[in-house]
Amino acid sequence: MALDKATVAHIATLARIRLSEEELEPLANELSHILTWVDQLNEVDTSGVAPMASAAAASLPMRIDAVTDGGCREAILGNAPRASRGFFTVPKVVE
Amino acid sequence: MSDPSLLALNLAEARDGLARKAFSARELAAAYNDAVAEAKPLNAYITPTPERALEMADAADQRLARGAALPLDGIPVAVKDLFCTKDILTTAGSHILDGFHPPYESTVTDKLWRAGAIMLGKANLDEFAMGSSSATSWYRPVENPWRRPGDNRPLVPGGSSGGSAAAVAARAALAAIGTDTGGSIRQPASFCGIVGLKPTYGRCSRWGVIAFASSLDHPGPMGRTVLDVAIMLGAMAGHDVKDSTSAPVPVPDFTAALSGDIRRLRIGIPNEYRVDGMPGEIEALWQQGVEWLRAAGAEPVEISLPMTKYALATYYIIAPAEASSNLARYDGVRFGLRVEGNSLDEMYELTRAAGFGAEVRRRVLIGTYVLSAGYYDAYYLKAQRVRTLIARDFAEAFELVDCILTPTAPSAAFIVGENTDDPIAMYLNDVFTVPANLAGVPAISVPVGLSADGLPLGLQITGRAFDEETVLRVAQILENAASFRHLPGFIAGGRG
Repeated sequence: MALDKATVAHIATLARIRLSEEELEPLANELSHILTWVDQLNEVDTSGVAPMASAAAASLPMRIDAVTDGGCREAILGNAPRASRGFFTVPKVVE
Repeated sequence: MSDPSLLALNLAEARDGLARKAFSARELAAAYNDAVAEAKPLNAYITPTPERALEMADAADQRLARGAALPLDGIPVAVKDLFCTKDILTTAGSHILDGFHPPYESTVTDKLWRAGAIMLGKANLDEFAMGSSSATSWYRPVENPWRRPGDNRPLVPGGSSGGSAAAVAARAALAAIGTDTGGSIRQPASFCGIVGLKPTYGRCSRWGVIAFASSLDHPGPMGRTVLDVAIMLGAMAGHDVKDSTSAPVPVPDFTAALSGDIRRLRIGIPNEYRVDGMPGEIEALWQQGVEWLRAAGAEPVEISLPMTKYALATYYIIAPAEASSNLARYDGVRFGLRVEGNSLDEMYELTRAAGFGAEVRRRVLIGTYVLSAGYYDAYYLKAQRVRTLIARDFAEAFELVDCILTPTAPSAAFIVGENTDDPIAMYLNDVFTVPANLAGVPAISVPVGLSADGLPLGLQITGRAFDEETVLRVAQILENAASFRHLPGFIAGGRG
């Protein structure tokens, strides 16, 4: 599978990673190389085979629905690049 | 001035010395703090924590003095900088986590400290554990303490737990913890001439370990001997309600499994691991391993793991897919780096462009692509189906044999800067280690010999899920038979 520059620009937007125009061509080549290599999986007949998401037990454990943690707002905000009055702050979203 | 002779002891010997009061935990910690400083040129540590080490050592000495010693009291260890450590800089080797001081402690490190272990510092790694050379770290590459004789070019320690491996090999840590998503404990252990164990998926909690690929990430121990690794695993393992994939199974005494008796055990030798281009010396060492186990009374059995050749391609769909999802959290809002922008989206995009290195960016983009509408079935779901077949290979093999013997990696350590032009050439380092991550089964690397150019090589034992005991028992037979006593060109404290 070969990716063109427009596709790379699109997935970079989905992934929220800014790429410059000069970066698109080399990345398109690198990613195409990797995707062509993984195409070998098409040799494998997987009809009727269930997908495996994890090696852990298929069902998740249940626990009592009780508060077990929390009350540590300052500790959490302590790592924020910008915080104000108990909130994370971001550029203005609503005009 | 600390006593460098203490650095020559392995973990079990140091523990005995502490118990006998031949030296104090503080003396041992001081010797290792000096070793960490001396080993600085290797760049094995991002953040040494010498004061913390001495404080913890003093607490250990108090317990030792009142006869209330804990299992790892006074044992100085390196912690891969992927484990969150409360109030201590935790970077994942990435620019994007600049200044991150976790407000909590990972379960595995918490268990180590509760067992009396002492933190020497946070060990360098490939950025977000993505790599096989420990060269993609924002904090510069790690160097292997080994060099080829007569050749001064620095070698990679393997990766991604390369700082942990280099520190143990250079005697700048008595043991270490790492994580293994596709070989990141075992391949650096092989490259640095130490022992590294990837336990069963679910054996050690992932809580507080910065996530790369959640269904493949395995915390595990690294050390100088199989016994040391068994002791470490005992302290690290156990069910954790904070990790929903943690297994509610009892933790056995792993050291008790080291009986030295492997008579009548059946050892699988998978034909598919004879890959094109593997050096003859690795093939020969593998055959030597078969003979050692046979001589100890085990029975080698030819087996087939037919899906092996597809494991790497499967891994390089699933791991980037999970990574692209896990790394979505690095957005400049809650922690780490932030590059301001005029809009929220622009801030995200500029932050992530500046914060992620080339390999992380490549994997996030691949992962985003294979999970995107129209490609999900063709790539991600297809890879998950092949993963089922790879796990089935192991399940069928373990009906015939008790464990599997293979090489750990298809080469010895390579020169810093090699294998960087072609990502797939780098990925091929993991050809023998990735299958165990996909299947979730335990596997260990043991140093057994030197390559023709004087570098360590490891053999790998893979076992049934939650049967680390057999894996360790067989590994110790290899260790004793090989009696690998070689030392790297650089060791802290000198060779005296």
